[in-house]
Amino acid sequence: MCEKKESAAAVEKYAQLDAFVDTLSIDKFDERRKGYLIQVLHKAQHIFGYLPREVQVYVAKKLSIPESTVSGVVSFYNYFTTKPKGKYCINICLGTACYVKGSETVLREVERVLGIKADTHPTEDGLFSISSLRCVGACGLAPVLMVNEKVYGKVTPAKAVEIIEEYKLKG
Amino acid sequence: MTTGNAIVNVTINDIPVSVPKGSTLLDAAKKVNVYIPTLCYCPDVGCGVANKPASCRICLVEAEGIRRGRKVLVPACATPCSEGVKVWTNTARALKARRTVLELLLSDHPQNCLTCTRNQSCELQKLTAEFGIREVPYQGVQNEIEPDTSSAAIYRDPSKCIMCRRCETVCNRVQTVGALTGMGRGFNAKVATASMIPLAESSCTSCGQCVNVCPTGALTGVSSVDKVWAALHDPKKTVIVQTAPAVRVAIGQDFGFGSTAVTGKLVTALRKLGFDKVFDTDWSADLTVVEEAHELVERIKSGKNLPILTSCCPGWINFLEHHYPDLIDIPSSCKSPMMMFGAVAKTYYAEKAGLDPKDIVSVAIMPCQAKKYEAARPEFERNGIRDVDYVVTTRELISMLKLAGINLSLLDDDNYDSPLGESTGASVIFGTTGGVLEAALRTVYLHLNGKNLEGDAINFRAVRGLDGVKEASVEIAPGKVVRVAASSGLGNARKLLDMVRKDRNYYQAIEIMACPGGCINGGGQPFTHGDHSILERRAASLYADDAANTKRLSHENEAVKALYDEFLGEVGGHKAHDLLHTVYHEDNRV
Repeated sequence: MCEKKESAAAVEKYAQLDAFVDTLSIDKFDERRKGYLIQVLHKAQHIFGYLPREVQVYVAKKLSIPESTVSGVVSFYNYFTTKPKGKYCINICLGTACYVKGSETVLREVERVLGIKADTHPTEDGLFSISSLRCVGACGLAPVLMVNEKVYGKVTPAKAVEIIEEYKLKG
Repeated sequence: MTTGNAIVNVTINDIPVSVPKGSTLLDAAKKVNVYIPTLCYCPDVGCGVANKPASCRICLVEAEGIRRGRKVLVPACATPCSEGVKVWTNTARALKARRTVLELLLSDHPQNCLTCTRNQSCELQKLTAEFGIREVPYQGVQNEIEPDTSSAAIYRDPSKCIMCRRCETVCNRVQTVGALTGMGRGFNAKVATASMIPLAESSCTSCGQCVNVCPTGALTGVSSVDKVWAALHDPKKTVIVQTAPAVRVAIGQDFGFGSTAVTGKLVTALRKLGFDKVFDTDWSADLTVVEEAHELVERIKSGKNLPILTSCCPGWINFLEHHYPDLIDIPSSCKSPMMMFGAVAKTYYAEKAGLDPKDIVSVAIMPCQAKKYEAARPEFERNGIRDVDYVVTTRELISMLKLAGINLSLLDDDNYDSPLGESTGASVIFGTTGGVLEAALRTVYLHLNGKNLEGDAINFRAVRGLDGVKEASVEIAPGKVVRVAASSGLGNARKLLDMVRKDRNYYQAIEIMACPGGCINGGGQPFTHGDHSILERRAASLYADDAANTKRLSHENEAVKALYDEFLGEVGGHKAHDLLHTVYHEDNRV
C-alpha cells in the first residue's frame, strides 16, 4: 500500500520535471541543449530532494546527452547530492566567520544528538539529515544554522539541540 | 583560430621560426626539430580530434613576451604562438618544473611496471626513463581504486590513470558513445562510468579506441593469451586460427616492415607457434559478401528494409543496439566474417576433416577489442560449443611471437591451409573503411547485370579514403542508381543514422565501422600514437593487395562455392540462414 503511494508520488514528481523541461523547448539536435543541464538538475533536485541514478538517467534521456555527462556534472558540484535528505535538512555553515565563532562544535553536537554524520544518510525516521555549507551571506549572525530554508543565527550547541527538539515535536 | 595566411614569428631556443597564426609553441618547436616532452597531449585521438587539456604540465617551457616584463612557464601544447615570443625549452627553471611535475605524477602511480601490460610501451614509463628519475621523492596518498573487470573486452585499472583524459575525449567527442567521463574533483577526480557502474553495464561499445590512446596501463584489453597457449600445448586439441584482413598490414610494424602486408610471413609464424591449421578471415569475408549481396539485391528488388546497414563490426552493432533500437530491422542479418568462420569451422570443416567439434579450438587473430565481446555473445554457440573460442588482438599476437622468439623478418612466406584459406581481393579490403561496401557492390553488380564488372570499373574509388563519411551515387545497372555511404568512427555513424531516421529512402546501402579509418585502426592494433599517416599506409597496403590479386570478386572464391555445393545448398537458403545469419537485440542505454 505504502509502496503504491510512493510510486504515485514519483510519477507526479517526474511529471513536474517534464513540465519544467518542456518549457525550455529543447532541440535534440542542437548542441546548445547541453547548456540546460545544470538548470534542469537544479530543478530535479528541488523536486526529488536528491539526484539518484534513476533521475540522472531520466534527465540524460530528456536532454539527449550521455548519462555519464550528467553523472560527471552531479559529481563535480557540491550542491548536488545523490543521497536522499531528511524531511528537515540541517545545514551548518563552516565558512570562515561561522567557523571561528565555533560552528564546528555546533556541527559535532548535532551529529552526536542525531546519531548520524554530515553528508551521509538521514536519520532512521527520515526526519533529519545534516550537511555543511560555506557561507550563506549572514556572517553577522555567525554561527549560522539552517533548517531547510529557515536561518537561525548565533547558534550554540545547546541552542541547536533546542531547535532539533522543536522539529521533532512537529514531526 | 587560423585567419587567412597570417604568419607569426617566434624563436625556439634562439632559433627563429615562422608559423601560421594559431599554431602552438609545441607546433613551432616541432618545425625546427626541438623536442618537448608531452604526455596528456595527443595530436589525433581519432577523426582529427586532438586531446590537449593542458592538464599534465609535462610540456612546460619558459617563455618571454607572453606576459609583460617577465619570463613565465607555459604549457607548450596549449599556448598559441604570438609575435615575438621567445621560448626556451631547457632552462634550469623549465627542467626543474617538468621534473617536479613528473615526480608528482609518479607519487600517485603504482610502481609495478615490471608486471604491467604496458611495460615498455607506456608513455609515462618512457618519460621517467628520459628524465632519469631514480627515486620518487614525494610519498603521498595513493589513489586506490579497484580494477573494473566486468567487460569481456576492456580491462580498466583506474589506479594507473594519470587523468590525461584522452579516453574521455575519444569516447565522447569522436565516438559520441559517452561511456567514460570525469567524475569528482581535486585529488578524488577520476575517469569513470556514470555513477561508477561496471563498464559492462554502461553504454560502452567495446570499440577499444580508449585502449589505443591510453598512455599507461589504465585501459587495456582482456587477454586470452594464456588460454591460447594452453590449447596449443594440449595434444588432444586441434587448434585452428583465422587472421583478419587488417592484421596483415599492421603486425609488421613491430618487425621493421612498417605497414607493408606480411601475409605469408604471418602464416609461417602462426604455424611455428603451433597452430594446426592456419585459415583466413578473408575467406569468410568473401562468404559474407556472397550472403550480404544476395540480401541487398532482395531488398533493392522489394524496396523493403532499406537502407541495408553492414553488420561486420561488433562495436557498431553494440552502438545500434544501445542507441538506435528503432532501426534494428535494417542491418544485414549476416554474421560478421569472424563469426561466419566460427560457425562453418565447427560444422562444415569439422565434418570434412573428420574431427569432433568438441576437440577443435577456434582462435581468431583480430585488430579489435569488440571482437572479444562478440565471440562471447550468448547466441554464438551450438550444442554448448562456442563458435569462436578465443580472440587474440594483433598486439597480443606480437607478444606471443616475442615470447616464442619468432621474428617475422627472418621468416619465409607460406600459404594458408585449405579449404578456409582461399580469398579474393574483395575480402582483404574489409580491413578499411569503405571496403565492405565496395566488395558488396562488385557482387551486387553481377546479380543485377548478369555479368561481372570489368577493367577499372571494379574500383569504386568514391568510397575509399579515410574521410569520416563518404557517399556516392552508383549506377549499379543501366538506369538503376543506388545511393551509398560509408562511415567510420561512431560519431560519423551517428550523423548518418540521424539522417536515416529522418529519411529512410535517401540511402540504399550504408557501411559502418566503429573505429576511425576502420579495422586498420582497431582497438587491438599496434599503437599509432596519433600518427595518422600510419593509417593511410595501412589502407594503401590493403588496396595494393586487392589490386595484385588475380581474383577480385568474392563470388569467384572457389572454396566459398564449394561450401555451398557440398554443404549449405542455396545462397540465402535455409541452412545458410541457420549458420550464417543472426538477430539483434534492443538494449537501450544512455
